[in-house]
Amino acid sequence: MEIPRHWRLKKQRYGLVGEVCPHCDYKIFPPRDVCPNCGDEAKDLFTFSGKGQVYSFTTIYEAPTGYDSSAPYTVALVKLDEGPIITAQLTDVEGSSVEIGMPVEMVTRKMRDDGDERGILVYSYKFRPSLLVPQAHHPAG
Amino acid sequence: MTDVIIAGIGQTEVGEHWDISLRDLAYAAIREAIRDSGRLRPQALYVGNMLAPNLSNQAHLGVLLADHCGLTGIEAVTVEAAGASGGAALRQGYIAVKSGMVDAVLVVGVEKFTDQVGAGVDSALATTTDSDFEAIQGITAAGQAALIAKRYIYENKVPANGFAGFALTAHANGAGNPNAMFRKAIKPEAYAKADMVSDPLNMFDIAPVADGAAALILTRADLLPHDYHHPLVKIAGSASSVDTLALHDRHDPLGFVAARVAVEQALQKAGITLEQVDFFEYHDAFSIYAALALETAGFAARGEGWKLAADGSIAPKGRIPCATMGGLKARGFPGGAAGVYQAVEAATQLRGGAGRCQVAGAKTGMIESLGGPASTAVVHILRTD
Ligand SMILES: [Zn+2]
Repeated sequence: MEIPRHWRLKKQRYGLVGEVCPHCDYKIFPPRDVCPNCGDEAKDLFTFSGKGQVYSFTTIYEAPTGYDSSAPYTVALVKLDEGPIITAQLTDVEGSSVEIGMPVEMVTRKMRDDGDERGILVYSYKFRPSLLVPQAHHPAG
Repeated sequence: MTDVIIAGIGQTEVGEHWDISLRDLAYAAIREAIRDSGRLRPQALYVGNMLAPNLSNQAHLGVLLADHCGLTGIEAVTVEAAGASGGAALRQGYIAVKSGMVDAVLVVGVEKFTDQVGAGVDSALATTTDSDFEAIQGITAAGQAALIAKRYIYENKVPANGFAGFALTAHANGAGNPNAMFRKAIKPEAYAKADMVSDPLNMFDIAPVADGAAALILTRADLLPHDYHHPLVKIAGSASSVDTLALHDRHDPLGFVAARVAVEQALQKAGITLEQVDFFEYHDAFSIYAALALETAGFAARGEGWKLAADGSIAPKGRIPCATMGGLKARGFPGGAAGVYQAVEAATQLRGGAGRCQVAGAKTGMIESLGGPASTAVVHILRTD
């Protein structure tokens, strides 16, 4: 199920590859080819550092098909250091208290079991508490 | 200019109709609306539906419902805008009549959630988010609302149980609505003890999805039957706006810009100010959306929408009565039918027929239908003389 789609998105899911606007230097993720800041065409690829802060978060107890076996899990809005906000699961946060403003960094993890006969596993970015700057702690945005 | 009149209204009770199919549910509302209009025959049908292809493996609802209701030969299409499908279908019907292209339009909102259960419903609802970059992360519609609520509470220092007033008001009002899913007031203690669904939202912050159908007949005043006996309810203003699909793509995730724009434009088209609005049917799929609807409409300053629920301003005798017949929370949230229920309920209020839910002296009502976190917003102003 949906193998071409998962393959097509692998640069984003594994590498956090977005775009940078050649006209206004705005950083764009996910890529959309039209700069949301200035409206001009933006097709230059840009790889994000994978570092950011928790802008908001929630714990999901009632999950959709393919995710229900891993519930409860935590999903956050992560504000990347380069500007954009993305939706991403937090990982390695069991037993620790997540807070708005907490520094996080990207890792690649298994995302879901596609419940079909092919048993395809989908991998994607998740974010874990930052290991490099444990002291930096200031509210996002 | 031609006034567009809501000539007929119909609705089913909202609930878990295990024994009624999607088509029969729609027919019940349609039959009632046509009868209520004095048996006007529509030339076009706009169906508001959110998830039938996912929930019931059924697309092509325009012809399905026209066929099932004995209306083959007319024009019929489905209008889909997630939770705003009903409002969007109403707007298409309004445009058709207002433009003079169609004399009488049938708008029906219908949703059949109980064709699926549990995780299947959450999966279907999640298709209304950005599938590639939101749903893939396991986010749900409730999770998305929770992300907004968490940030809202953080920025505005909302106390524990600060949103309770939305559910308490909705359930108190739903008690007077015979078509509501829940007709029993709840106590503050029940809210405080409720199970968490997506932190910080508990089960009372989330409107229950359920089956339901609501229908409207729209026409011009000069085409009404001679013996038409209802007070005239006209659509005085109509507007719609979209934001980014993904919540994360917004500079200000608490901004609900599309809702603000749609309200401004609808008021302007109606030629009225916000102060003239006697009641407001917001899209309280989640209590945080009700708070943001109040703020973006202009009833409260940014960060203070929740206070209108806490201080009684949204109660039937308050400054701006909301969810007057239970809202999505207590009447129930029948997906793409919700926006049409709002219109049926507002017309009922303006006809003076809302019984125990009646807002005294109501002449102008505003209804707001949202898809996702105000990714789509559709606003209508209904008035009677
Ligand atoms: Zn740019």
